[in-house]
Amino acid sequence: MNDPLLAIIQAALILGLAPLVTGIIRKVKAVLQSRQGPPILQPYYDLQKLFRKSSVVSSDASWVSIITPYVCMAAMVVAALLVPVFVTASFGSLGDLIVVVYLFATARFFMALAALDAGSTFGGMGSSREMMISSIIEPAILLAIFSAALITGTTDLAGISQVLVVGGYDLVRPTLFLAFAAFFIATLAENARIPFDNPATHLELTMIHEAMLLEYSGKKLALMEMASMTKLVLFIAIAWSAFFPFGMATEVAILPVAIGLIAFLVKLLLFALAIALIESSMSKMRLFRLPNLLTGSFILAFLAVMSFYIL
Amino acid sequence: MRALLGDYLFPLMVILALCGGFSAVMLNSRNKACIGVAFGAAAAFSACGIMVAIEVLVEGPLMLSLPITSVIGQLSFGFNIVVDQLSAFFLLVICTLALPVSIYSVGYVKEYEGHYGLGRFGLLFNLFLLSMVLVVTAGNIIVFLIAWELMSLCSYFLVTFESRDTEKASAGLLYLVMTHIGSALIMLALLLLAFQANSFEFSDLKNIGLFMGVDVRSIAFILLLLGFGTKAGIVPLHVWLPKAHPAAPSNISALMSGVMIKTAIYMLIRTYFDFLGINGPGDAWLGLLFLLIASISALIGVLYALVEKDIKRILAFSSIENVGIILIAFGAAMVFKAYGLNELAALALIATLLHVFFHSLFKGLLFLGAGSILHATGTRNLEKLGGLSHRMKVTSVLFFVGVLSIVAIPPFNGFVSEWLIFQSLLLSFSLNDVLVNLLVATALGMLALTGALAATCFVRFYGMAFLARPRSREAAEAKEVPRSMLLGMAVLAALCLLTGLLSTYIIPTVDQVTAPLVGTSIAGRLAGGLVLQTPVSSFSSMSPILISIVLLVALPSIYLIATRYGGRRSERVGDTWDCGTPLSERNEYTPTGFTQPLKRVFNGFYHSKTSTSIETGSDPYLRKLSFETSIPEVFEDYLYRPIAKIVTGLARKGGVIQTGSIQAYLAYIFVILLILLVIFR
Repeated sequence: MNDPLLAIIQAALILGLAPLVTGIIRKVKAVLQSRQGPPILQPYYDLQKLFRKSSVVSSDASWVSIITPYVCMAAMVVAALLVPVFVTASFGSLGDLIVVVYLFATARFFMALAALDAGSTFGGMGSSREMMISSIIEPAILLAIFSAALITGTTDLAGISQVLVVGGYDLVRPTLFLAFAAFFIATLAENARIPFDNPATHLELTMIHEAMLLEYSGKKLALMEMASMTKLVLFIAIAWSAFFPFGMATEVAILPVAIGLIAFLVKLLLFALAIALIESSMSKMRLFRLPNLLTGSFILAFLAVMSFYIL
Repeated sequence: MRALLGDYLFPLMVILALCGGFSAVMLNSRNKACIGVAFGAAAAFSACGIMVAIEVLVEGPLMLSLPITSVIGQLSFGFNIVVDQLSAFFLLVICTLALPVSIYSVGYVKEYEGHYGLGRFGLLFNLFLLSMVLVVTAGNIIVFLIAWELMSLCSYFLVTFESRDTEKASAGLLYLVMTHIGSALIMLALLLLAFQANSFEFSDLKNIGLFMGVDVRSIAFILLLLGFGTKAGIVPLHVWLPKAHPAAPSNISALMSGVMIKTAIYMLIRTYFDFLGINGPGDAWLGLLFLLIASISALIGVLYALVEKDIKRILAFSSIENVGIILIAFGAAMVFKAYGLNELAALALIATLLHVFFHSLFKGLLFLGAGSILHATGTRNLEKLGGLSHRMKVTSVLFFVGVLSIVAIPPFNGFVSEWLIFQSLLLSFSLNDVLVNLLVATALGMLALTGALAATCFVRFYGMAFLARPRSREAAEAKEVPRSMLLGMAVLAALCLLTGLLSTYIIPTVDQVTAPLVGTSIAGRLAGGLVLQTPVSSFSSMSPILISIVLLVALPSIYLIATRYGGRRSERVGDTWDCGTPLSERNEYTPTGFTQPLKRVFNGFYHSKTSTSIETGSDPYLRKLSFETSIPEVFEDYLYRPIAKIVTGLARKGGVIQTGSIQAYLAYIFVILLILLVIFR
């Protein structure tokens, strides 16, 4: 379904829920580690606080640093318009899944450049490592969603979920599981989660994502944080709607939409729990062990496409 | 008989190029006049070329011939020019790039004043443009071969223009050798076709493949692949490209990378689709061969671009990568055509042509930008650049547009062509041959990997050249380049954005070009209003213009919300966080350091050699540490050197008979004569 109005509602939902998901993950992690942890709503308070703070800009920075937070956030907003959440509709004529992946690439591209902009060593380190990870994980993401596209005969995300929901379990093939596994690893890698990166670290030599944001403060930092929280929810939404969209409404009526909403929230919680569990039970990997896992994701995605043809 | 403007404009173009070139030589000593005449003529030439191309695309083909006919054997031929739709498209591509490059050159060649002859440059520049135009408009094999040779020679002399630099001279020599090996293969292949058709005229060669034996046809296919592949720069025939393109003056590099290598793509499309024809599943192997070679070529190109330090060599390797991407689409078009899926073949061929066009725009822009960096700093070494965005503000913005296009950021033009290529590869699922499906899927994976690596490559390029602090005095003292150079780049930057946004309006024209080649027109379904969609119903759709509208709404609203929410807050300028130690350019990440992680990941490919040495002097606390890393040139070392060794070895062996004594030579002649008399008695 191509429905700009529904797309805007769903995008607003994603943006609104983004800090909450991060809050839930942090809370669950805290509980698992027998800490009390900050309140679930803490990310909202953090953002609010950051928006009220003045900021410092590096004297070496250029216009790239200035526009990056807006570009990153804008890319996430546009991507959010293309991802169905509770009903199989999106702003489809705007673009398909390839566009979504390239919007993520846009945000990453600007962020990596902004990290280099101030000339700090940490920025360079973060940028270099982020680009290494993304060079291998982006093709994995593309191949994973291509296998969903091959099964459903469309690359439009709303279309994919529509076909899967209507087709039901007949369409669930090994391809989908392989692709989902690849996409799950990619979600961890792209969103700077353990074992790829530690979102809580402030030890400079191990940071990847945080190192890139080191020079941002105040409102700009708030935008960058918001963009990365949104990105996580977008990845979760894509993971469910491209591979297992069951429960999603196919028409705009009260009952299906309510079921769709509940299904989405449950899935969101499940994913957040999974991430929190992984983060509590694993440690961050050494940088040069990451490629094994990254290529693992790439190969899973590749096998997913292959299995579509062979099986 | 229709009266076409082109009937007059095309001869005018030839006159302009020749007059402009030769008057530049006459005015050699008067710098200003020489530059004005040479590049004024070139700009007028390109403007006429654009008009001719557009007229042909709208009105239909143009035919011209000089009243000269010659005879070779029993075959007569004239000096025929035929501008059909395909030629017109490439004419448009060449001239659209040539116009801004001519403007740019006005400022750029000033640095040659007093060092090298400007007149010679003007002549070669004009002849180079003319030869490229003749290559894509030649109406028969003879005209084509003459133009092809002229193009190779002009570009050779331009590559070695800075002749006092011995490295450039040797790069030129390698180029000359490689290009002539290619020319020999092309000549062989085209003569094979000519004998089959008993004519040199391209019009008689149409669909000649139908009348050829399978073996001869396959040989022709392979010869053309190798011949034109050398010019296009597919791995492993690419070795000349990363040496010759950087050696040439930057405006010439822009033309060579932007359009010269595309003339090979033109001839591949012309010979494969027009002459030999792709008929039936028996020809699918050829498409698959292209997919394989092209995807390897793209990946290897980008892997080398990642670790290169010379800014122009990075761009040259990136051209190898992009030619790979173009040929992936071309291979897909062949596979689809072979299986009779003409609509998908049309989609893939449209994607091929669009990427040809778009790549010429952004690679032209990037090479001009690299030229500006070279002009301003005098160095091509990325390790010595940095911080140029503060000193060259306009250049940094224009160059950024080129970078956004090449890494396929929506809605810039590179994204549109890449999206179409992805779609055409994905749609291969409608083929019912598992092996073909798997191979296409492999190409898809390689293409995705290539795209992601290219993004890293250009983050490194832009970040290291334009951002942070200068890494050398040259970079710290850089000044903005002259207006004419900025104008040339600005035109290309505007085109990069506009062609992406308005791609739905360009596609119907491109469809007209491909329709006669694949036998079906898909414009109606591919580009509907603002939205691009695949010809297979509801497979996917994308609208570059809508994306940019939404972005244009989102960006200012986010800015407004961010500044309003929480009240206006002050913004201080401070130092970069430095952990308390004063930050200098030595703390910055270097280009080598930036891709070191990736180099380690792909070290199975690079086989890089590193060595660390520690020198202790008289003071036990002060030691000198040096670190060195190098990447062997695999193709040169393991492929070309052994061949060159064998060839020179054989030549030396053969040299035994060259004794230098006249009696021996007379004896040779006598023996040969005897043998000939015995054979042909």
